[in-house]
Amino acid sequence: MHVVVVTKSTPDTEATVTVEAGGNVNWGDKLVVNPWDEYAITEAVLLKGAHGGQATILTLGGEEQQEALKHGLAIGVDQAIRIWDPALQNHDSLGYAAAVAAAIRKLGDVDLVIFGKELSDIASDQHIFQVARRLGWNMIGFVSKIESLDAGAGTIRAQRLTERGTETVTSKLPAVISVVKDINEPKYPTFIGIRKAAKAEMPVWGLGDLGLDASAVSPRTQVAGHRELPKREGTVEMIEGSPQEQAARLVEKLLEEKIL
Amino acid sequence: MSGNVFVWIEQSGGKANSASWEAVGLARRLAGELGGQVIALVFGQGVDSVAQAAFQYGADEVIKADDPSLAHYRFAPYVSLLAKLVQERNPAVVLAAASTSGREVLAGAAADVNAGLLTDVTELSLEGGKLRAVRPILGGKVLREEAIVGEGPQFATLRNRAFPAPQPDTSRSGTVTEAAPALSEDQIATKVERVEEAAGTISLTDATIIVAGGRGVGGPDGFGPVRDLADVLGGAVGASRAAVDAGWIPYEHQVGQTGKVVSPDLYIAAGISGAIQHQAGMRTARVIVAINKDADAPIFRLAQYGLVGDLFQILPALAEEFRKRLS
Ligand SMILES: Cc1cc2nc3c(=O)[nH]c(=O)nc-3n(C[C@H](O)[C@H](O)[C@H](O)COP(=O)(O)OP(=O)(O)OC[C@H]3O[C@@H](n4cnc5c(N)ncnc54)[C@H](O)[C@@H]3O)c2cc1C
Ligand SMILES: Nc1ncnc2c1ncn2[C@@H]1O[C@H](COP(=O)(O)O)[C@@H](O)[C@H]1O
Repeated sequence: MHVVVVTKSTPDTEATVTVEAGGNVNWGDKLVVNPWDEYAITEAVLLKGAHGGQATILTLGGEEQQEALKHGLAIGVDQAIRIWDPALQNHDSLGYAAAVAAAIRKLGDVDLVIFGKELSDIASDQHIFQVARRLGWNMIGFVSKIESLDAGAGTIRAQRLTERGTETVTSKLPAVISVVKDINEPKYPTFIGIRKAAKAEMPVWGLGDLGLDASAVSPRTQVAGHRELPKREGTVEMIEGSPQEQAARLVEKLLEEKIL
Repeated sequence: MSGNVFVWIEQSGGKANSASWEAVGLARRLAGELGGQVIALVFGQGVDSVAQAAFQYGADEVIKADDPSLAHYRFAPYVSLLAKLVQERNPAVVLAAASTSGREVLAGAAADVNAGLLTDVTELSLEGGKLRAVRPILGGKVLREEAIVGEGPQFATLRNRAFPAPQPDTSRSGTVTEAAPALSEDQIATKVERVEEAAGTISLTDATIIVAGGRGVGGPDGFGPVRDLADVLGGAVGASRAAVDAGWIPYEHQVGQTGKVVSPDLYIAAGISGAIQHQAGMRTARVIVAINKDADAPIFRLAQYGLVGDLFQILPALAEEFRKRLS
């Protein structure tokens, strides 16, 4: 079986974020593996362990993405590939999907593609569903558990978590899935894994390697700027007294303000 | 291209997701500016009442696809059908609620028709016929402005409760157009075997009131007073990651960056310190009340009302007081 996990690094959630005069956003430059992708990478390694075959980690981006690839290799993924091309500089989700789908096709024998639920920085997941569509594969989003997987028979049974509850679905492979936090406990790199990853070769595939030209990734959306949130801090009204007095005063205020 | 606005209405078991009506409300405004009509799309089985409700909330036309193959939401048949209808009717704008299925269906169909998509937006307007949106990013610390470029239908999904829900007008009605599914059952590889609805509980993302507990509740039983207050208020129960990781409450209840993003009218945080990752999920609540025994907890910097004290005394006192005042 060949499982591919797709990742992208995101700013550290603790980062201080500022908006510059021109509307650009600045978070210092520290990147971490997208927290959701920790589950996706771990799941790829667990599936490989359980079913044999190989696991590949894929990313789209510049040199800053190398660390995330090494993280994947260090916990047991077999190969890492980075997709990058100057024409991808201002890509949107459709351009992303075109390039990532082409890379998955180029790998050739892929059974399952795993994404973390969303990118934690822009809280976006549209690129995942668009990759599935560009591949023409089945999509199971928000998977909390893979109940069974049979690469030989080409079937998967999984539970997915939606607003309404849990759904059990079956589908045919190849498929794309996105995974939520319930699926596993993320693995952390071992010393030996880190040493192995440091020595690994990580090829970079450009659009030419993927058989695409720049028009295939021209964006349909663009970022027009950023602004700060209206400030909320410093407005707290402390309500004092015994618990009963606190409760009575709070309820009074909430009723006055017609919150209820 | 028409000036029409499509709204995909999410429904399950013949019951619409109320966030879809918020999308219909916004669609009315956009259709007014574009000189077009609001066309609601209802996919499912036995969905006549949802189609009727769509008129009452403001649709001019309903395209209804009523078929066993659409009885339960599945990615491929829903995406293929939406993409086919967009190609046939060429709307200017396609909207839906940014729920799990709304995100999937619009992203998939946008890929099929090569359209720009703005997701999970909290503001949306037209400038020179092009959609322009605002959405919170980086854990809600910054607002990003995004725009569609190029020609063709423009897609957007709307964050729950970011747009006002219109009042239904029971005298409104309109034309129902029937549509056939795009895929037949034997072309669909995905089957839904079982659905377990979280019975009797209110979905966090729909809730107008949320009472949430954190590590401060001290254990699974500590959610008792949290749940009692939520019940008195008809609200939902939320939790911090610390409480979820400790196994005190299931992950579905987690609010925050790696949980759910919620925007209730009232969010009561009890025994939650207010870490930045928790804030990412609840900072857009209209009113935040913090209950914490530590007066220096960061949650007090975000709250409108702060109560320093023991949650085990304050939550029952609040439940008691609300019960008195709301009955
Ligand atoms: C990548 C990443 C993602 C994360 N995602 C999330 C997320 O989605 N959601 C989330 O919540 N967290 C998330 N976290 C974790 C977050 O950083 C905090 O660790 C977590 O929110 C802390 O939970 P807490 O406030 O319940 O616990 P604590 O920080 O331990 O706070 C407990 C509070 O309870 C108070 N308290 C104790 N006893 C009482 C009492 N009897 N009465 C009143 N008050 C009392 C204490 O004073 C304290 O302020 C994430 C972290 C990372 C690194
Ligand atoms: N490098 C990337 N990796 C994964 N998804 C991406 C990446 N860049 C952009 N996206 C997706 O593309 C959409 C548009 O991105 P942007 O062009 O940054 O607004 C986002 O909402 C994501 O879904």
